[in-house]
Formats: sequence, C-alpha cells, structure tokens
Amino acid sequence: MEVIFGYPGGAVLPIYDALFHQNAIRHVLVRQEGGAVHAAEGYARSTGKVGVVLVTSGPGATNAVTGLVDALMDSIPIVCLTGQVPTHLIGNDAFQEADTTGITRPATKHNYLVKRSEDLARVVHEAFYVARSGRPGPVVIDLPKDIVINPAPWTPPPETQHRSYRPQTDPDPEQIRQAIALLKGAKRPMIYTGGGVINAGEAASDALVRFVRATGFPCTSTLMGLGAYPANDPQFLGMLGMHGTYEANLAMHGCDVMLNVGARFDDRVTGRLNAFSPNSRKIHVDIDPSSINKNVPVEVPIVGDAGRVLEALLAAWQQDGTRVDTQALAEWWREIDEWRAKDCLRFTQETARGSIIKPQYAIQRLYEMTRALGRETFITTEVGQHQMWAAQHFRFDRPNHWMTSGGLGTMGYGLPAAMGVQMAHPDALVIDIAGEASILMNIQEMGTLAQYRLPVKVFILNNQYMGMVRQWQELLHGGRYSESYSAALPDFVKLADSFHAVGLRATGVDELDGVIAEMLASDRAVIADIAVDPKENCFPMIPSGAAHNQMILGPEHEDRAAGITDEGLVLV
Amino acid sequence: MRGQTTPPQFLPLQTVSPMPIDPTQRRATISVLVENEAGILARVVGLFSGRGYNIDSLTVAPVDQRGRSRINVVTSGTEMVIEQIKAQLDRLVPVHRVADLTMEGPHIAREMALIKVVGTGEHRVEALRIANAFRARVIDATAESFVFEMTGGTEKLDAFLDLMRPLGLAEVSRTGVAAIARGKRVIDDLHGAHDA
Ligand SMILES: Cc1ncc(C[n+]2csc(CCOP(=O)(O)OP(=O)(O)O)c2C)c(N)n1
Ligand SMILES: [Mg+2]
Repeated sequence: MEVIFGYPGGAVLPIYDALFHQNAIRHVLVRQEGGAVHAAEGYARSTGKVGVVLVTSGPGATNAVTGLVDALMDSIPIVCLTGQVPTHLIGNDAFQEADTTGITRPATKHNYLVKRSEDLARVVHEAFYVARSGRPGPVVIDLPKDIVINPAPWTPPPETQHRSYRPQTDPDPEQIRQAIALLKGAKRPMIYTGGGVINAGEAASDALVRFVRATGFPCTSTLMGLGAYPANDPQFLGMLGMHGTYEANLAMHGCDVMLNVGARFDDRVTGRLNAFSPNSRKIHVDIDPSSINKNVPVEVPIVGDAGRVLEALLAAWQQDGTRVDTQALAEWWREIDEWRAKDCLRFTQETARGSIIKPQYAIQRLYEMTRALGRETFITTEVGQHQMWAAQHFRFDRPNHWMTSGGLGTMGYGLPAAMGVQMAHPDALVIDIAGEASILMNIQEMGTLAQYRLPVKVFILNNQYMGMVRQWQELLHGGRYSESYSAALPDFVKLADSFHAVGLRATGVDELDGVIAEMLASDRAVIADIAVDPKENCFPMIPSGAAHNQMILGPEHEDRAAGITDEGLVLV
Repeated sequence: MRGQTTPPQFLPLQTVSPMPIDPTQRRATISVLVENEAGILARVVGLFSGRGYNIDSLTVAPVDQRGRSRINVVTSGTEMVIEQIKAQLDRLVPVHRVADLTMEGPHIAREMALIKVVGTGEHRVEALRIANAFRARVIDATAESFVFEMTGGTEKLDAFLDLMRPLGLAEVSRTGVAAIARGKRVIDDLHGAHDA
C-alpha cells in the first residue's frame, strides 16, 4: 500500500496521528468521502492493486457507501477502513455512530468489525486477500476507536489458506475440452469479453489477443472490458449492448456458438432475455460461479481466472487436430462485414465556422489528438450520453486505461476516479470525459486536484441537459422533458479558475481543436467546457425490453426501425 | 487394529452444472456450514431478502468444536433460482460448504414444535387422543390446557396442527427444519482436500 484516500474525523484521529509520524504511506485528503472511494477505484483499476480508503465513523462511513456499491458492482478491489465509536458505546446511539457493518453488508464483498486489538493484524491481512482474490470487490474494516488508540501486535500474513474462502482459479480440463469441441465446430462463432479479463491482469488481455487471433473469430466487449482487445483490430466488432454497434449486436444475435469470458450477461448487454442470442450454444468463463447460469443458461460453464482459462483454451485449441469450417467462417465474416458497412456510429459534423459541435466529433478529435501526442492516456467518465459516446468513439488498445462506472452507473465517478489514476500515474495524461450534470456531483474534488497538483483534464460535453434522461424522455415519454434541463449551470471557466485550475471553452466547431490542444499542452488541471448539440441522441440504441435485432439506428440511417413495448417501459 | 467402520463418504462439492430452463418450482432443503462469527446469520438472511428469494424455514446452531455453525434453509424456486441461491451462499466469505440435501440423495428433515391447546370436556379428550396417535408428548398440563411436544417432518406437524385447530389450538412455537443426509455421507469442508 502506497496511497490512501481519506478524510479525518473524531473516530479515526488515532490513525491520522499514526499517519503523521510516518512517510511510507501517502495520504490524499479528498473533499468528500464518496470521492475517496471513487479515487481508490481509479487507483485500483489503473494499477491492478488494491485501493485503500480511510474515513471516519457515522457520516464518513455513510458517505462512502455509494462508492462501495460501485466497486462491488464493477468488481474493483478496495479496502475501506471506517472509524467507529469505542466498543463500549456501540449500540448506544453515540455521537457519529452508525451501524456500519450492517449498512455495508450488502454493499461489500465482505466486512469486519474488529473488537479485539489482537485480531487487527489478521483481519487487515485477510481483508486485502479477500478484496483482491477471486472476483475482486470492496471490503470494509470497521475500527472502534479504542481498538486503534492502543498499540496492537503485528503478525505476519498467514501462510495457511483461508478457512472458508478459496476461490477456484484453475479451470476444469474436461470443460475446456467441451468448450474447444463447441468452438471448433462453430460456423458462426462469437467471442464476448468483459471486465473479468481486465481484472485478471494484463497477461489475461494478452492471452485474449493470442486466442482471438489463433481462432480468427470475431470478438466484442462490454463497456467494462474495453481495451482488453485492441479496438482498432479488424477482428474487433466494437462494444455490444444497449449502445453497442450494429455489427456486434447482430453478430451476438446470429451466432451459433458464443464464448463469454469474464462478462455477466448484464441486462444492458442482453436486451430482452428470451430473445437474446436465441440460436447459440454458450460457453461462460467466470471466476464467480454465481455469475454462471444467473440470467442466461449456458451449455459449458467454466469457473476460473480469465487469464488461466484463456491460456488453457489456447493450448487446447492448438493441440486439438480438428479443423475449423473455414468456408462457413468466411461466410460469417462476409455477413458481419455487411453489417459493419452500415457504419452505425456515423454522424455528420457541420464544418462552417461557428457550427455547433457534435458530441461524437468532440470525442473523436480528443481521441485523435491524444493519439497523435503519443502520451500514455487514461480516460475516465461520468455517467450519461457522454459516457456512451466515449465508449463508442475513443478507441482503447490497452487494458486498464479506461475507467467508467458500469454496473452502478454512478454520476460523479469520473473526476475522483481520474484523481486516483493520476496519483498512480503522475506522468500520464488523465482525462475525465464528463457531462455538465454529472461533474457537479463531485466537483468539490477540484480542490484535491489543486492541493496535490494533479493535472487531471476535465473534458465536459456540455449539452445543457441530463442528456441520457432527455433522450429517454424524448423516446419514451412523449418529449416531456421533466426536470432534465441543467438550469443555472456555473460558469465552468470561472469555476476552474476559482479552484486554481485552467478553464477553457469551445462554443463552435472551429474552436474545438484549439481548446483540446491547449488542454493537452497544459501541465495543470484543466476544465474544458465544450458546448455541444443539446439535441443529439446516442445511437445505436436497443430500447429496454427489445432484442438485439430491434436496434434503433441514428437519424443518418434511413431504415432506423423503432419499437418500445409497454413491457419495456417499466425497465430502466 | 482396524475397526469395522469405513470412513464417512463426503458429499461431492457443489459444482456449476449446465442448466436447462425449467419454469417449474421445487422445494430445496439446503444445509450451509459456516464460520460461527458475528453477523453470519444477517449475511444469509440479507442475501435472501436482498435478492428476493423465499425462506420457508431457517435454523442455525453451532455444530462442532471448530467454531462452525450449521444453517438449514428450506426454500423454493425454479431450478435456476435454487442453483443461484446455492452459488450466492457459497460466495459468502465465511461459508465453508453448501449442500442441497434435496438433490444430493436421501435425507431426513425434522422439526420440533411446542403446541398449546386450551379447552375442556370433549375437545380436551379428543385432543389427547389425537396427540397419542401422532406420538406427541404431553409436557405440561393444567385442568384447561395441554402443551404437546412433537417432532417430525413439516407435513406431519402441519397435519397435527390442522387437527388441533378446532380443538382449541391456542399457541404454537416451532423450531424450523434441521436436516441431515441418510447413510454415512456427511457434509464437510472438502476444499482442503482439493487444493494442493
Ligand atoms: C447518482 C446518479 N443519479 C442519477 C442518475 C441517473 N442518470 C443517468 S444519466 C443522467 C444524466 C447525466 O447528465 P450529464 O452528466 O449531463 O450527461 P449527458 O447524458 O448529458 O452526457 C442521470 C440523471 C445516475 N446515473 N447517477
Ligand atoms: Mg449533459
């Protein structure tokens, strides 16, 4: 542990006193505890290490809850130390007491209340192990003040296995054999990968690339898995799901054998379950057995670490003498290329001076200009249309460089996450692609950027609306834009200035490149307020309750088809 | 010298199996061996309520010297839901072992009930007669009441209570189901044997 993101208070003062007396651990003082957890998430996801958080009892702990659930949903390893009132006061409604273990039980992978100082060292070792092993997740250690005020004995990490928790990492060879038999016989195969590949470490992404290339099969990725397979590679069909590409979703719908590695058949991906990939035989690789057969029944379940499974699959693929049906595969690729030719992410940017900026174009230019720069670049996002456009138009070719709140969809994630990434990678370029509404949810963290001189770039696609909400209201609620207009916005340029950062603004297309260039050239924190088309919608879109082949395309496409059922209306 | 007894056979560890879609519901008696630590029951109960699973019965008590407890849950759902329940239980950090007794072979399930019947005259005589037929024990009696103690399967207890209802059934206290596999098979933590 090198960095800890925290915020002090009465119950954790003894820990802060200990931090004062040492130099090994760097403490980053956030401006709100929620920011601390997202920062730790960004730190964890960009390094593969466990992110560490320290907050006080009561409100400190409750402020951390959103971040904990976020980390739980996206399988991010976090250890969160929470202060607690002294043991003899627990249960008395003492000042700043909250039932933290009770509140965080469903918000964590596991949690602990340490009641004896002799347990402290064991619990801390165990918490780190639980957080990072198996399917990673957040772990809370609740620390009563009397436990942390007295010295506690240090004991080395236990050498024996955990008594009850032993995740399975190596796959069953028989299931690998069955998977290969299915894959070799496939005529219309599809590989679908998710955040599990990222979590399994860089070696897993590397194994994925080798496996996909060896098979010649098409592959797609969930939002969380972007970067595991290089986006510019011809075998990559783009992201799938609600705002995924036409070709990825139709290939999922039409495939005859599906290999899912480290994804969980989330409803954003499957669309209407009973119409999801109706004719495929499915193989599901996951480290968490409870993810398998949860939403979608599969033929071959494989429990194990994504990296190890991919290595085993690759070895078995090469050993197996069966030849793939190259003719069928070529036919399948022809079909896919036809779908691809639709160019579903196409948009039209007016180029005349002063023309309104299309949000997609802003991302595209950001991507091209950062790429031209050649610096190591990390992207975080907030939640909304801008997040989906970032996923569609910023093309990732390395794992761990894309951090977004997928499972929980937490507005306010991006800025603190970027802060955590920048702490871990001081020389890298870290950009939060934001919406004007989301950014206000954790805007206080601009103060943290200033204090630690973290040169994070906040790139706001300012459409003056909670765009994603507005889009749903337009498509599903008769254009009644109830409470989705971002009224009374701050002047983001002045706001940046007041937080000791650089504020920039682009209002017409001719100003965009200049603003991006200036932002990238700055060695300080920057807020770039990019005024974009407020009416733009994010397409393609699979409406809630619809199937993959009932996708709505953008206005650029003549055959856009639409259909939101009453059934779909109740879904989120 | 070697004894006659063969070592116990362990029930196979629960593994993920391919799953057909079957919309029909079934009942499952699931035994869970857990670390006996603070909050474990809340974790299990929270899992059921949080994910909308049914609990028909739940019992918990320490069962060995190694600080472990056994939780018996009777639940119902489709095959897919029951598999999910088992996988979710197995995912809890303090859980050693999850066994679906209903699936893993013949098993015995029993619960105990204390049943208070209040009445006089004909009803009282009839209650006692039926209690005898059901092998319920009288463990408390006054001129106007009995407390019966009865052990048996859930259906037997339900049947007895149905008969007592018109005879002055006043109060019931039930333990919930304790269950165990028949024969020499035992539920134990086998992970150690599987890991090198
Ligand atoms: C904490 C939280 N509250 C509410 C939502 C619901 N929500 C999803 S997207 C969105 C609008 C986001 O607006 P903005 O940040 O401007 O992004 P845009 O969609 O305009 O790009 C809202 C309110 C959420 N995801 N998170
Ligand atoms: Mg907006």
